Amino acid sequence: MGNGTGAPPDTAAPGADAVIDVRDLRMRYGSTDVLDGVSFTVSRGEVVTLLGPNGAGKTTTIEILEGFRMCSAGVVRVLGADPSRGDEHWRAQLGIVLQSWRDHGKWRVRDLLHHLGLYYVPYSTPSRRRPIPADELIDMVGLKEQSNQKISKLSGGQRRRLDVAIGIVGRPELLFLDEPTAGLDPHARREFHDLVHRLADLDDTTILLTTHDLHEAEKLADRILILAGGRIVADGSADQLARNVSNQAEVRWSREGEFYVHPTDDATAFVRELLAQHGDKIGDLEVRRASLEDTYMAMVHRIETGHDNGAVTTLERNPR
Amino acid sequence: MNPILYVARLGVGRGWHEFKIGLRGADETGFKLVFALSFALVLYFQRNATVEGTTQSLASVVLPSILGMMVVVGSALGGAGALSVEREDGTLLRAKAIPNGMIGYFAAKVTSVTLDTVIAVTLVLATGLIFVPELLSTGYAGWLALIGILGLGLLATLPWGAVIGSVVLSPQSAFGLTMLPIGAITAISGIFYPITALAGWVQGIAQVFPVYWLGHGTRWALLPDSAAAAEIGGSWRPLETAGVLAAWAVAGLLVAPPVLRTMARRESGSAIEARRHRAMQRVG
Repeated sequence: MGNGTGAPPDTAAPGADAVIDVRDLRMRYGSTDVLDGVSFTVSRGEVVTLLGPNGAGKTTTIEILEGFRMCSAGVVRVLGADPSRGDEHWRAQLGIVLQSWRDHGKWRVRDLLHHLGLYYVPYSTPSRRRPIPADELIDMVGLKEQSNQKISKLSGGQRRRLDVAIGIVGRPELLFLDEPTAGLDPHARREFHDLVHRLADLDDTTILLTTHDLHEAEKLADRILILAGGRIVADGSADQLARNVSNQAEVRWSREGEFYVHPTDDATAFVRELLAQHGDKIGDLEVRRASLEDTYMAMVHRIETGHDNGAVTTLERNPR
Repeated sequence: MNPILYVARLGVGRGWHEFKIGLRGADETGFKLVFALSFALVLYFQRNATVEGTTQSLASVVLPSILGMMVVVGSALGGAGALSVEREDGTLLRAKAIPNGMIGYFAAKVTSVTLDTVIAVTLVLATGLIFVPELLSTGYAGWLALIGILGLGLLATLPWGAVIGSVVLSPQSAFGLTMLPIGAITAISGIFYPITALAGWVQGIAQVFPVYWLGHGTRWALLPDSAAAAEIGGSWRPLETAGVLAAWAVAGLLVAPPVLRTMARRESGSAIEARRHRAMQRVG
């Protein structure tokens, strides 16, 4: 643990820089397993996206990590502590970006940020000054012109930036964002992505965010965890996932006016063979690798239609 | 500084800020003014009637009683309303996400509900005194006793408002669950007419609840001894008043913390989302 985290170092943790360590997490409502053995780790400074279809258990997972919800079974360590027993000192190291609805509508932006920041003053250390001063924060999230405006008068995008400002006012070691861009228009969404990139560079903040949008996950994260059917079915960077989750490619060509399509696991070998056999008769050659999107959609579809829970585990992959 | 004391101070500051926001808000302040004016109207019509067996005007008996009732309405309804609304809109979850935020939140609520009640009581007292000028001759001791009774009344009722606000599913049910019982209890508690006009068993029920005792306590504080003739037993019972109110306060302060803790533990983003969904359905 670095300076400024008061939580005692946990000798059982696998690596001193694991900010989040989840092992065999299970959550059961009645007879339904929402989470069925989720395991993953997040290291200091990483930006990790938990990607999955609606209802996959992303929110449940993140709420357990935030200490807002008890799990049914499993081992969870966040900043070295069990979230369900995290004390206020532990809480002060976390930032949680909540989606505002109409809370604090009559407060002005600057007043609220200043007030909420004061709760972090006792947790300030020389290496991590807490809180971030309200004006600095307002600059950071681009709400300078709205700083004296009533919160109820903010647009959806401005409101979401205020949510982020509230989430980081205590200069957190670890920041959680649950579906942060839900309901934002494309322009506001892009601005929001820029903001998350800036946050990741700030103070080595570790970020865990959830989304059901693959493009968002690709854009924001160092690493993507795909949660489906209550498990992590894939884990890696967008590139790694596209390459390793599926090696399937489609080869298309034409020969003597006829068109052919052939799926293969080894496109290179197939094409070499094809050309050796038919030489210049081959035209319109095209090799297309399944995109991450194809793979993701296929995976989600398979799980949602209830087919084949076993097959997804074969896709599982650990980058380290 | 002690961390609990530190956030409690932040909370009081927050409560003061919210109180000022409320004062600036046309809706809230307008409501208080309408409230005060409608009571003044009641007093105006009662100014010439006298209470049977005494020389007191009915208006002079009703004004202190109303002040007592307002503490119950302000703290129970105000507390339950604020808590249920702010659970629904996510204010409480925000408090939960910051270190010791819940303590700050509750300190703020106690502060703002108290200040709101004080303002509402002051407004009604000020307009009421126009029609009941004889109460202006009340001495220091009387005003001090009034403040003491109202303070004790706040302690006796505010925790129960918080309990109701914690268990209800929506602000609408918070309103129903506080307004209906308070209305029913007020009707039998001798606020708008001496309780001795009611049947004995009804008087018995009324004396279980804080509304009657708050009214009795405020009348004891402001009215002359001769007015006691219209009270149950024909005399003032300040000790019993303090006893019953203190019992409600102690019970409330014992019940409220675990209820609040349980409620706070259950707050999460998905709980807010579910409530937002329900609220949208109510509107749509």
